[in-house]
Amino acid sequence: MGNIDQSKIRNFCIIAHIDHGKSTLADRIIEKTGLLTNREMQEQILDNMDLERERGITIKAQAVRIVYKAQDGNEYIFNLIDTPGHVDFNYEVSRSLAACDGALLVVDAAQGIEAQTLANVYLALDHDLDVMPVINKIDLPSADPDRVVEEIEDVIGIEAQDAPRISAKTGLNVEEVLEQIVKKIPAPKGDKEAPLRALIFDSLYDSYRGVIVFCRIVEGKVKPGTSIKMMASGAVSEVVEVGYFGAGRFIPCDELSAGMVGYITASLKNVKDTTVGDTITEAKNPCAEPLPGYKKVNPMVYCGMYPVDGAKYPDLRDALEKLQLNDASLQFEPETSVALGFGFRCGFLGLLHLEIIQERLEREYNLDLVTTAPSVIYKVHKTDGEVIELTNPSNMPEPTAIAYMEEPIVSAEIMVTTEFIGAIMDLCQERRGTYISMEYMEETRALLKYDLPLNEIIYDFFDALKSRSRGYASFDYEMKGYERSELVKLDILINKEEVDALSFIVHSETSYERGRKMCEKLKDEIPRHLFEVPIQAAVGSKVIARETVKAMRKDVLAKCYGGDISRKRKLLEKQKEGKKRMRQIGNVEIPQKAFMSVLKLDDK
Amino acid sequence: MINKELELYLHIPFCKSKCKYCDFLSAPAQEDVKIFYVETLLKEIRQKSYIYKDYKVTSIFFGGGTPSILERNEIKKIMKVMYQEFTIEKDAEITIEANPGTLTYEKLNEYVMSGINRLSLGLQSTYNEELVLLGRIHTFEEFEENYDLARACGFRNINIDLMSALPRQTLETWKHTLKRIINLNPEHISAYSLIIEEGTPFFIQYQEDCKRREKGEKPIILPSEETERNMYYLTKKLLSQAGFQRYEISNYSKPGKECRHNIGYWTDKFYLGLGLGAASYIEGTRFSNTSILSNYLETDFKAYDVVELTSKESMEEFMFLGLRMICGVSMNKFYNKFHRSMEEIYGDVIQELQKDGLIQLLLKQGEKIIKLTEIGLDVSNYVLSRFIIE
Repeated sequence: MGNIDQSKIRNFCIIAHIDHGKSTLADRIIEKTGLLTNREMQEQILDNMDLERERGITIKAQAVRIVYKAQDGNEYIFNLIDTPGHVDFNYEVSRSLAACDGALLVVDAAQGIEAQTLANVYLALDHDLDVMPVINKIDLPSADPDRVVEEIEDVIGIEAQDAPRISAKTGLNVEEVLEQIVKKIPAPKGDKEAPLRALIFDSLYDSYRGVIVFCRIVEGKVKPGTSIKMMASGAVSEVVEVGYFGAGRFIPCDELSAGMVGYITASLKNVKDTTVGDTITEAKNPCAEPLPGYKKVNPMVYCGMYPVDGAKYPDLRDALEKLQLNDASLQFEPETSVALGFGFRCGFLGLLHLEIIQERLEREYNLDLVTTAPSVIYKVHKTDGEVIELTNPSNMPEPTAIAYMEEPIVSAEIMVTTEFIGAIMDLCQERRGTYISMEYMEETRALLKYDLPLNEIIYDFFDALKSRSRGYASFDYEMKGYERSELVKLDILINKEEVDALSFIVHSETSYERGRKMCEKLKDEIPRHLFEVPIQAAVGSKVIARETVKAMRKDVLAKCYGGDISRKRKLLEKQKEGKKRMRQIGNVEIPQKAFMSVLKLDDK
Repeated sequence: MINKELELYLHIPFCKSKCKYCDFLSAPAQEDVKIFYVETLLKEIRQKSYIYKDYKVTSIFFGGGTPSILERNEIKKIMKVMYQEFTIEKDAEITIEANPGTLTYEKLNEYVMSGINRLSLGLQSTYNEELVLLGRIHTFEEFEENYDLARACGFRNINIDLMSALPRQTLETWKHTLKRIINLNPEHISAYSLIIEEGTPFFIQYQEDCKRREKGEKPIILPSEETERNMYYLTKKLLSQAGFQRYEISNYSKPGKECRHNIGYWTDKFYLGLGLGAASYIEGTRFSNTSILSNYLETDFKAYDVVELTSKESMEEFMFLGLRMICGVSMNKFYNKFHRSMEEIYGDVIQELQKDGLIQLLLKQGEKIIKLTEIGLDVSNYVLSRFIIE
């Protein structure tokens, strides 16, 4: 593989708004191409490649290498690199883009451009990628490809007249996409003979091989036996294997050279040695300068994560470390809560990121978790001049020690069809938004710009946006900066005891509303006890909302018929099981899910 | 030697129409299905009885559905075969459940002649409006007629089922229902609060009511919790004044007229269930018949859901079943059965529940007894669930 001509390689990714058909198109492309060149196929047979080694190891579809025989009679190597589609993952998108030379922009022929499409296109352009538009879903009755072409040209300003008009679903015109990839996406450049420079764009931990590094070779070459060095971490190791990404598995090869995308294993056991964005070079013949890497992205949303079973705390730490390996944006540090015990304060790019990590921890690592309300980073200016970055509401200083506070503000772009403009403006108003501008993209769609406090959008803004626009609004945001704000800490008291895990910071004007909703929600979640359980929301010593869980007065099993005891038993066991999953605060038992229920307080 | 005791339960899964609160295994059926069912039931009795040659039958209970829906000859035949196949004690308690409106003089006479000595009437309410809402198909007047007829035929042991917390029921109508029934002077009264079971028409109504309550609106049909509790207190008060003793969470009787069959379920007695879906408990093993009618009719008499109780499960059941009895459970009996003391197994739970005023400990003729307190009875589910071992 070492002598594949650079001019026959195309490294690209697909960018699209959610549901515009990114994955379907990727599947079609893989289907319509082969996994090996003719020569490699022969070699593979001749070498009698040990397939056993690959068994059981599947790679996530972050990247796949495919072979396309173009109309010009040549075989081309395509490296298709996956990008996440959500606003939370700009950072991830950006690191995938850095491994590419071009990007396919997939736009739904019926929906047109969405806020996220724009955000991703700008990112691609920032990375100097050639963006090649593709109009998808032209088989839909509501498809209007001409309008979408016009929109792409007007809004984004790239030529789209000859964009392939396809249906990824039916496979219509997908060949046209493949041909245009050959013609329009530039071949990689980079001197094969120069010292090695490779960019790590992802990695994976495998318990047999250690860290598997996903990289783009920018200059030079690498093969088994090469002694490599991670320029940022300084780690040095000898390459054990190099190869590329087959569909769902790793395929070893002799050498990776400039322009190629592939993987390297080098018996790297320590996850921290290989950070995404670092540059790999040769230890003996290092390059002069590392690649620019990535802008380090800081978490914007924090929450506490606690194992339901306290004994699983070390497991949670291990799991977080593993996840951090290919998600550098995930941060965590130990913390303790009176209510929840030992856990971690974790930082995320956004709420979706939080949810994904939570789900992965629960599914892949089999952990039961309690998550506290997400919080943003507040800046607390104390009267003594000190400034604290506050990520955990429990650590808020006494009100008397606070001079003033600042909260993060984002610039948000919301694309919405005209009929819902009113509803969405109302929503932004309710969330303390500052109106910036409104532009009409076309007759029926507008781009609304608002400045919004981040803490107003991390809870349920996305859900509210979708429900108030019947799914037609799309949304993207970027950090703008900090602004001074009237913030208070809202505490929840259950049976007069403060529950630290339920405290959060809120704008003083919305504290009543939120306190009331929290109490209402908790009232539904906390089971009746033998005594009355008051639930109060308080700011400082002032109680601003109250609900009461009435004392249990009746809890009797139904008539037992014909000696059917097993049914009774099941009921009692269920009740007992429920009790086991509760957290004891004072003498009140709070179900785990009560802590989660307050995360979603959306009203509509 | 015959010394082991056995209770028999016979399930008749048919009724004229399904009540709106009912989630038992029963449904209206065609005449020929009923005939075929009785034949199959007889087959099952004949097939299984030999296994129980060493047992003497202390009680028989025809439950349903509506057993009284069967023709009198059918009951006669079943009883005849039972006497042929099992050893039935002379003073065995033999109960049949009946719905008012399905009884005739001839039927009742046949029951008495066949050896049935206890009648359980599913009345629920004395108000016809309340009966209609429950989906019952009889009137109070029909019930009264049937009740008098049963007395005339010689039934000296009659139970009446009543239900409180019914749709549209008020404390006043419930009081009146209780009084009217007390005046009839039955031997036994089962008084349940309506429990809304998932999958019944009431469940949907109940959910709607819950929503209305949340919004602060008046619920459409079901009484408030406050009213429900007051109904319950009134039940205890009026029945006790009238000489009924509460011997189980929901059952009241004149002295000596407790339902022995029902007590058996709570006190570790063996019972064999016959008929569709019937549950059995024999020598520490629980099992059930098939619940699928077509399979049953094809003579599938196999044991399903067979559970051999572990000693842990046996201990749990000793507690959570036994405590349904007002007289409580005996620590001495617990030790005799399990050779471990109740304190050793449940010390912490007992202490905690005692502290919360939900159970009480007492000595009765040298036996250490624990029983539910009045409050414990109110929240019995909570208390009983505590006896499930982790």
